[in-house]
Amino acid sequence: MSDHNYTPQSKLGKWFNDRLPLLTLANHLTDYPTPKNLNYWWTFGGILTFCLITQIVTGLVLAMHYIAHVDHAFSSVEHIMRDVNYGWLLRYVHANGASMFFLAVYIHIFRALFYGSYKAPREIIWILGIIIYLLMMAAAFMGYVLPWGQMSFWGATVITNLFSAIPLIGESITTWLWGGYSVDNPTLTRFFTLHYLIPFLILGLVVLHIWALHVPGNNNPVGIDIKKPSKDTVPFHPYIVIKDAFALLMFLILFALFVFYSPNVLGHADNYIEANPLVTPAHIVPEWYLLPFYAILRSVPDKLMGVVAMLSAILILAALPWLDTSKVRSAVFRPLYKQFYWILVADVLILGYVGAMPAEGLYLLIARIATVYYFLHFLIILPVLGWKEKTLPLPLSISEPVLGGSINLAAAKTINDKEGIS
Amino acid sequence: MKYFYKTLSVFLLFLFFSSNLYSAENNTKLLENNWTFKGLFGKFDRASLQRGYQVYNEVCASCHSIKYLTYRNLAEEGGPEFTEEEAKAIAANFEVIDGPNSTGEMFTRPAKLSDKFIMPYANEEEAKSANGGAYPPDMSVLVKARKGGANYIYSVLLGYEDPPSDIKLDDGVYYNKYMDGNKIKMPAPLSDDLVEYSDGTNATSEQMATDVVNFLMWAAEPHLEKRHKTGFRVIMYLIILTVLVYFSMKKIWSRVESKV
Repeated sequence: MSDHNYTPQSKLGKWFNDRLPLLTLANHLTDYPTPKNLNYWWTFGGILTFCLITQIVTGLVLAMHYIAHVDHAFSSVEHIMRDVNYGWLLRYVHANGASMFFLAVYIHIFRALFYGSYKAPREIIWILGIIIYLLMMAAAFMGYVLPWGQMSFWGATVITNLFSAIPLIGESITTWLWGGYSVDNPTLTRFFTLHYLIPFLILGLVVLHIWALHVPGNNNPVGIDIKKPSKDTVPFHPYIVIKDAFALLMFLILFALFVFYSPNVLGHADNYIEANPLVTPAHIVPEWYLLPFYAILRSVPDKLMGVVAMLSAILILAALPWLDTSKVRSAVFRPLYKQFYWILVADVLILGYVGAMPAEGLYLLIARIATVYYFLHFLIILPVLGWKEKTLPLPLSISEPVLGGSINLAAAKTINDKEGIS
Repeated sequence: MKYFYKTLSVFLLFLFFSSNLYSAENNTKLLENNWTFKGLFGKFDRASLQRGYQVYNEVCASCHSIKYLTYRNLAEEGGPEFTEEEAKAIAANFEVIDGPNSTGEMFTRPAKLSDKFIMPYANEEEAKSANGGAYPPDMSVLVKARKGGANYIYSVLLGYEDPPSDIKLDDGVYYNKYMDGNKIKMPAPLSDDLVEYSDGTNATSEQMATDVVNFLMWAAEPHLEKRHKTGFRVIMYLIILTVLVYFSMKKIWSRVESKV
């Protein structure tokens, strides 16, 4: 099974493969030994790849019809919706695709948090993931600006204004970002350019992300190191391919429900009003997937510190492999961590909720408590937990989930069956 | 697997929930109507769209533009579906400025199917000065641009009443139950028998409001019917494929002592 020994059958194949080992790569991807106990939370990597490609393909066609100019952007989007063949479908897939992309990425991230997938030897995979996530947020934000509706314009104004919080050079940086003295045509054209560029940067990083994954191999729900290939693994094809396909189809049904039956439910009505620099909307809210960070930003009374808090909330994730001091990966064997994990999930959901609410009164108080807890989780709870927590005994292998060597019938049967394939 | 669905459903609930989080400025419950365009097989009522166009044309169009509609849209599938002759006749009622001609002059001519809906005012400033400083919004995507959508527009159309005694209104400002802040510069646009429907339908205010909101919904989403139809097919296809893939997966994984 080892790909180093792979030689193509045909002469032409061998000739080609000696010069560019694409066939070796294909063979590696097919045979790639994967833990056989991966659950459905592991299918979101494949789903995310699908999302990225969908966004690139639909975006490419949309870009053929879109006009990045303040006088034409809004009407070119309406032109796409009305006069371009299936333009409404392309746009709704692209717009809802962004939401689905974030839904999937949040599940993917929280899966990694639960099963400790960020721990050694997978730190680089994790950090690459955080960079991808940051770029996704940048791409999504700039994409939201392109239709040049009221939320586009005012969202862009609020976010770009954050840079003015930087001491001394802040104002100059903001002017430089805008390409003028307010959000205007130069801002729109550069956002369009960057919105087009970033997905390809993400694509490159995804290749690195997967490459880095294929060095140690997948983590698994039990979180223990396994021998590859062994009775604990199955070849990627057909086992994982078919399972990923099944999960992707389920995901697509949800995706289609949004696209065809409530395409605007995740957006904001104000974005169907053309941008008007003279009229400020009553509430400026970002898209749902940015709300938790928006809540953190607004919960700090000082503008600069708010920006710092918001950025730290994301960047702190990059330090996670070293903040979590526990040697045990999976939360399954960490009874205390498991509880704190779910509190964190609730905390982020609460932040998202208050992010959509006006920053005043009780909402602001809740946002502040939730923000403090968010940082507490990563900076205090995780490091301390690693030392204090009494973890449950780990199994020796996936096939033998109970420590103590009692060979049960199921495990014995597996060993026999597995010898047939590997 | 069970655990997976439980957690996923919590996420999804949150997702649906979060879309309704944007705080409402006005908490009055909107009037509701059994819109035919809602639901899995939602379609427009052809006759209602045609009447709705009549209401728009005779009542709204003197102030509100629909600049993204083209006269040919009136004859297209999924819309009011006027015949091409009817749509041509409708267009011919309007004058467009075209040109320049070979001598460099601009000239007026009757509108054609390929022309966009003629706008009542040349620009926003003219519209404002003619309406006491308030801009009558373009209605192309109005239904999608208001929280509450069709029900909201319907409610505002029917929500005019005498102001409570503690509210004093300036000249040219009217009281509306459903409008944000309850003040609106548009006088009540509908009253019973304001238009005379050519198909003999009784023109009550509710009837006209229903018809015109249907028309505006179509104006905002001209491909709504096709979207619903395509959506149903896509989802059926996906469900069948999912079932097939599920059984293939079960078969393939039956070789391994591990549950999927």
